[in-house]
Amino acid sequence: MFIIKALVEKVIELKNHIFILKIFSPEIASIINPGEFLNVKVSDSNYPLLRRPFSICDAEGDFIFLMFNIFGEGTKILAHKHKGDLIDILGPLGKGFNLLGDFDTAILVAGGLGVAPFPYFIRKIGKSKEIHSFIGGKTDKDIITYGMKNITISTDDGSLGIRGNVVELLEQNVENLKSKRIKIFGCGPNAMLRELRELSIKHNLNCEVSTECAMACGFGICQGCPIESVNHPDKYLLVCKDGPVFNMRDIVI
Amino acid sequence: MKKADLSVQVGPLKFRNPVLLASGTVGYGSEMSEFIDLNLIGGIVTKSLSLKPRKGNPPQRIVETPAGMLNAIGLQNVGVEEFIKEKIPFLKKFDVPLICNIAASTYEEYVECTKILTQEDAITAFEINVSCPNVKEGGLQFGNDVKAVGKITAGVKAVTNKPVIMKLSPNVSYISLFAKVVKEEGGDAVSAINTLVGTAFNIITRKPKIYNVNGGLSGPAIKPIALAKVLEIRQSVDIPIIGIGGIMNWQDVIEFIIAGSSAIQLGTVNFIDPAAATTIIKGLEDFCMKQGIEKISELTGSFII
Ligand SMILES: Cc1cc2nc3c(=O)[nH]c(=O)nc-3n(C[C@H](O)[C@H](O)[C@H](O)COP(=O)(O)OP(=O)(O)OC[C@H]3O[C@@H](n4cnc5c(N)ncnc54)[C@H](O)[C@@H]3O)c2cc1C
Ligand SMILES: Cc1cc2nc3c(=O)[nH]c(=O)nc-3n(C[C@H](O)[C@H](O)[C@H](O)COP(=O)(O)O)c2cc1C
Ligand code: FES
Repeated sequence: MFIIKALVEKVIELKNHIFILKIFSPEIASIINPGEFLNVKVSDSNYPLLRRPFSICDAEGDFIFLMFNIFGEGTKILAHKHKGDLIDILGPLGKGFNLLGDFDTAILVAGGLGVAPFPYFIRKIGKSKEIHSFIGGKTDKDIITYGMKNITISTDDGSLGIRGNVVELLEQNVENLKSKRIKIFGCGPNAMLRELRELSIKHNLNCEVSTECAMACGFGICQGCPIESVNHPDKYLLVCKDGPVFNMRDIVI
Repeated sequence: MKKADLSVQVGPLKFRNPVLLASGTVGYGSEMSEFIDLNLIGGIVTKSLSLKPRKGNPPQRIVETPAGMLNAIGLQNVGVEEFIKEKIPFLKKFDVPLICNIAASTYEEYVECTKILTQEDAITAFEINVSCPNVKEGGLQFGNDVKAVGKITAGVKAVTNKPVIMKLSPNVSYISLFAKVVKEEGGDAVSAINTLVGTAFNIITRKPKIYNVNGGLSGPAIKPIALAKVLEIRQSVDIPIIGIGGIMNWQDVIEFIIAGSSAIQLGTVNFIDPAAATTIIKGLEDFCMKQGIEKISELTGSFII
């Protein structure tokens, strides 16, 4: 874990208030794994006070990339960063995706900004496995394909891809995919993850998901980020330390 | 030039410097040790322990507010047994005073926890949390009741030879009345303050942002209140005070010491900068040198009003 004041290289608006922040950080770039996250202090002042968690979106050479949308004050400040600004990052944090294991095809399922951790996932997995990406959003404005591969799209209003949500989209394709040894990797809103859980149980598929929770510290000292555990119902797991990526079998969403 | 002497005395307790880490904001030390050398800080106060493990409140437990945060963790902790078995061995490796914080639901549980834990040589002192706003039974009610605080102080003191610090609630009209009863019942020091009761609503759903409805407010937003409480105690009761509340930097520490604190604790700042203690200790050293202050303890209660 490092606390680093890192240099901003650039901020790019992908579309519709969705941004990529490129940061120079060889220390973190060289050790971070897909699905892990960083906790970012967006300003030097007490406003906002707490750090903001962001998944590692990509890492290449000495640079790391974060993907974010303007959600509240903190992300608004981030969007206004410029080349040469210093930004205070803490990481790498948490447990990421398990890219090893008994599968030859990774099914990526992303709702809206849930695509954020996958570009790095795809980079790391390289040519070792096949990738299918299912991306869903409310309308075409919410669909981000940055860094994604082999894409199928759904939108709630049908403005792009099929009409419906992304889990319905996956359901339509799952029988075809089941001929391969597949593993599902999901990231998105809780409602989507819940549907994904049903689907993975119904088809008996191995499934890992990246979860979110309000956080204060991001590294296990505040106990602010509980998630219900299947194996130990008398004890919560911590999203920041035991996750944010969990096997669907282990958590109650 | 000679280095300034940062060591302080809090009743019978000696610390190498006045910077302690507050309960609930350092876990049990292991995560923090990745960022700071625990051997250099004044002391560690561990997360509130109860006799049996507590699961704590469901999410959402945390919400940010202007210059502060609300938390309703609900005293999630590993319980006395696992603390002794799993956490003390790690903490023992460091040369740092270990203050064990206890929070219970009944008078009997406070006494029982202390009785068991006092056997542990690694524990330097106890901090008794009678002021957590986030658990339904006990907690705040005790903190609001002068008689109960007196009874718990006496009961805990009766079963341990180690120093006992009573952690006071700011959610009362006169905190000095509580400090007074702690002194009368043999408590060695008080720490002030715990968090203030607060709440926040989502304006669309009209629901509280925190599952527990209320949470405890901490961070820079509470600093002026904490300072006023420390001052109130200092002006009316002769008991050592550990100041807590919204400390973000060394300047804040000096302010708390001037207002009457012998030592201080860092809380919320650890979440934002887990290395803050180190920076702050260095800042105190430099300040004392520049101001020609030989012993930082000279500053305690040195306000001019
Ligand atoms: C592990 C993890 C990874 C994330 N990765 C990304 C990412 O790659 N891209 C991205 O855009 N966003 C990501 N988020 C969400 C991101 O942290 C929030 O969008 C951000 O905190 C918003 O900050 P703000 O100041 O703009 O919004 P504000 O609304 O002003 O503040 C957000 C506050 O809400 C709290 N909060 C409450 N519920 C949640 C929740 N479910 N999730 C997060 N924060 C919550 C936060 O702790 C914070 O204090 C991630 C969150 C987590 C936990
Ligand atoms: C997330 C969180 C958890 C806390 N848990 C405890 C606890 O278990 N026991 C306790 O006595 N105080 C607890 N506190 C209170 C702090 O120790 C401290 O008194 C308070 O936060 C004020 O200091 P600060 O403004 O520097 O954070 C907690 C505070 C926070 C923010
Ligand atoms: S965010 Fe602090 S423990 Fe997880």
